[in-house]
Amino acid sequence: MKFTIQVNEGPYQHQATDSAYLFTKAALEKGHEIFRVFFYHDGVNNGTRLTTPPQDDRNIVKRWGELSAGHDLGLVICGAAAQRRGIVDDGEAERNGKDATNIAEGFRISGLGQLVEGAIQSDRLVVFGD
Amino acid sequence: MLHIVNKSPYDRNSLDTAVSYKADGDIFLLIEDGVYAAMKSGAAASKLDGCSVSVLGADIAARGIAEDKLIDGVSVIDYAGFVDLVEANEKVQSWL
Amino acid sequence: MSEIKKFMYVNRRAPYGTIYAWESLEVVLIGAAFEQDVSMAFIDDGVYQLIKGQDTTGLEMKNFSPTYAALGDYEVTKIYIEKESLEERGLTLDDLQHLTWEDEDEDWAEKDSIQLISRAEMVKVFADQDVFFNF
Repeated sequence: MKFTIQVNEGPYQHQATDSAYLFTKAALEKGHEIFRVFFYHDGVNNGTRLTTPPQDDRNIVKRWGELSAGHDLGLVICGAAAQRRGIVDDGEAERNGKDATNIAEGFRISGLGQLVEGAIQSDRLVVFGD
Repeated sequence: MLHIVNKSPYDRNSLDTAVSYKADGDIFLLIEDGVYAAMKSGAAASKLDGCSVSVLGADIAARGIAEDKLIDGVSVIDYAGFVDLVEANEKVQSWL
Repeated sequence: MSEIKKFMYVNRRAPYGTIYAWESLEVVLIGAAFEQDVSMAFIDDGVYQLIKGQDTTGLEMKNFSPTYAALGDYEVTKIYIEKESLEERGLTLDDLQHLTWEDEDEDWAEKDSIQLISRAEMVKVFADQDVFFNF
């Protein structure tokens, strides 16, 4: 079965992204397809490579990236939500004259249409949020 | 319909609303702080009367809730079981 | 691939206190381009989103409430308000914006977008949907 996952909250503040990650991992292990993970609202903050969690805690950002690399999983950050919150890739930096980027490995910034397309193309949309 | 509730019933009204939207054959999955509703000692337990309820085992364990503290008949599942529930229910709604 | 799905956007949040209401409205507007069968439900504090006379000047926030009036132009014409939620908050339809759409099949007759329905009726509307967007 094909799933799209929506993540509405950032890392560490709320459990939503942890639940979404563990669900996504379990679905992949069962042989399901994750069409896309879409990060919206403060969920876009899952995609900054500049986090430095303590050694004895999980690295939420890196963990998503590793799952993505291992399963060819699309991690899509909403562009409009990312602009508000300062998640920047090369394209955004150029368009908006920013002097730095912070997007993490495995993530990409795209439009809200990617969420809607995910809902159309997938058998299920599962939302994790506050 | 699979109703996913992640809020403590003592904090928000998500469970109240979700339960009021129950139709025949619906299943309630409690995750994150939502699992507190499944403790049989709590006043909110009665809100789940007549509902088919599952809880995420990892979420109750993290919160120090032993399985014998849960309402009778609640299924304790893992994330793979969560995936199975989503697969088995054509409609899924997260009552955030 | 061209299958049309029934999308239900479930709004249970008040505006301004958090950004969920505004950013979820953005999804509805973008989603309109995908020509799915779209409905919106306003339940619990979500009914506050549609209250008339919002003025955010003092907050220095964007007042996005006029955007709801444009939903008809985006062919979002099924807006369900849950009666119990409205009544619990001491509100009536008169407190909310009057949202309309123009029916091109009936010589652009102006029609109400808002349907005030009971929770029991909303359960039936939900039973007919394919995808739920929750924010």
